[in-house]
Amino acid sequence: MMTFSLWDILRNLLNGAALTAVLSITAFVLGSLAGLAILFARISKYRAPRAFAKLYIEAFQGTPLLLQLFMLFFGLSLFGLDVPAWLAACLGLMLFTSAFLAEIWRGCVESVPRGQWEASASLALTYGEQMRHVILPQAMRVAIAPTVGFAVQVVKGTAVTSIIGFAELTKTGSMIANATYQPFLVYVLVALGYFALCYPLSWYAQRLERKFHAPRTN
Amino acid sequence: MPLVQTNRLHKFYGTNHVLKGIKLDVEEGEVVTIIGRSGSGKSTLLRTLNGLESIDDGTIEVDGTALVAGEGDLRALRQKVGMVFQQFNLFPHLSAGQNVMLAPQVVKGTNKREAAEIAREMLARVGLDQKFDAFPDQLSGGQQQRVAIARALAMSPKVLLCDEITSALDPELVNEVLTVVRRLASEGMTLIMVTHEMRFAREVSDKLVFMHEGRVHESGHPQEMFAQPATPEFANFIRSLH
Ligand SMILES: Nc1ncnc2c1ncn2[C@@H]1O[C@H](COP(=O)(O)OP(=O)(O)O)[C@@H](O)[C@H]1O
Ligand SMILES: [Mg+2]
Repeated sequence: MMTFSLWDILRNLLNGAALTAVLSITAFVLGSLAGLAILFARISKYRAPRAFAKLYIEAFQGTPLLLQLFMLFFGLSLFGLDVPAWLAACLGLMLFTSAFLAEIWRGCVESVPRGQWEASASLALTYGEQMRHVILPQAMRVAIAPTVGFAVQVVKGTAVTSIIGFAELTKTGSMIANATYQPFLVYVLVALGYFALCYPLSWYAQRLERKFHAPRTN
Repeated sequence: MPLVQTNRLHKFYGTNHVLKGIKLDVEEGEVVTIIGRSGSGKSTLLRTLNGLESIDDGTIEVDGTALVAGEGDLRALRQKVGMVFQQFNLFPHLSAGQNVMLAPQVVKGTNKREAAEIAREMLARVGLDQKFDAFPDQLSGGQQQRVAIARALAMSPKVLLCDEITSALDPELVNEVLTVVRRLASEGMTLIMVTHEMRFAREVSDKLVFMHEGRVHESGHPQEMFAQPATPEFANFIRSLH
């Protein structure tokens, strides 16, 4: 039987943690871009894009992430598309992220007082100009803290991709636990790994929250 | 021909008939004050004049730009009609100067240097040239409202609408804003305002419009109207002021 030193365990887990980080960042960055597109559809003047975005958001918010991954992974292979685990993981998390961020950001846009729309309209700004110069800059300030907070959810969400065989931190952990017969030690180390990834984000989100929640008179 | 002209103006909120055929003429340089009980349609009327509220019937014409029951060039209309709100509505992420510069830059394509020049000039007109770089939350309510006036003036509107612009202010800050409005009036700015400052209204207005249940119930010269109310509703309204 092979023996594992503590260093072997750590080395493997660090590799897994690195993949978790890469997956999180990829999903978050691509998800943000897609989320922005969904946001603009969701707050559009026109009914069709609004309805589409609403359905999209509700579909992703109303089903478990795990199921979304299954449908991507197994559903696409049904059509003869052989999706590798890493691609399904990235794609699934990206779509999940885009839906949630679009919804978070919509709330931020709607938190801008009506008076801001009216004042900018009375100055003859068009809808696009109002958005760009008046509404979005204010919405962005409100959005920073919850967006960073959601990044923590994405990092933890990556654990689900272990089910379809993507060798990120959790999957690596379970493989090593099986091989070493030391599940408790290994899973404690896995948990510490997630904590090390998430804590700085949570801390940063809280700091931003305090910074941007100073009362304003307007 | 009057600068501002509305005819048979009707507005519904659902089944609530809020404006019932308003006819209003405002000459260039005229100061018109609209008074009336809460809910009589004063704000709605002002807001239709720059297209913040659509109209269900009738016409609005400002300096040759016409709006017929919602059809018409809103952008052109709004460039001719400035508005100042009860709640100031300054853009909180922009400094006082940037608040004033924004519309000239974005809507008229004025370059930054020129827009800054306009902003300084407009802020000076409301006595706030020192506050160019201050942010709205660093200004008192009275100062914010004066910046809002400067912001509207920067687009060189033909007419300025003021909807209860001193109602949200602490009493000691009301006068600095009224002083600015008084000066605009004396400079020949066309003003349509709604106010509860009756003494001020009588002093600066060329014409008083009393609205009652969505109609222009009585209008005329302020001194004459107060001396000789033509309708019992206006007489009642005057009595309720004391
Ligand atoms: N956005 C709105 N939606 C529905 N009803 C409104 C709206 N704004 C005003 N109203 C109604 O229209 C009527 C006139 O309101 P308003 O023009 O604000 O009166 P005033 O300014 O004279 O107090 C009131 O009955 C008010 O309830
Ligand atoms: Mg009102």
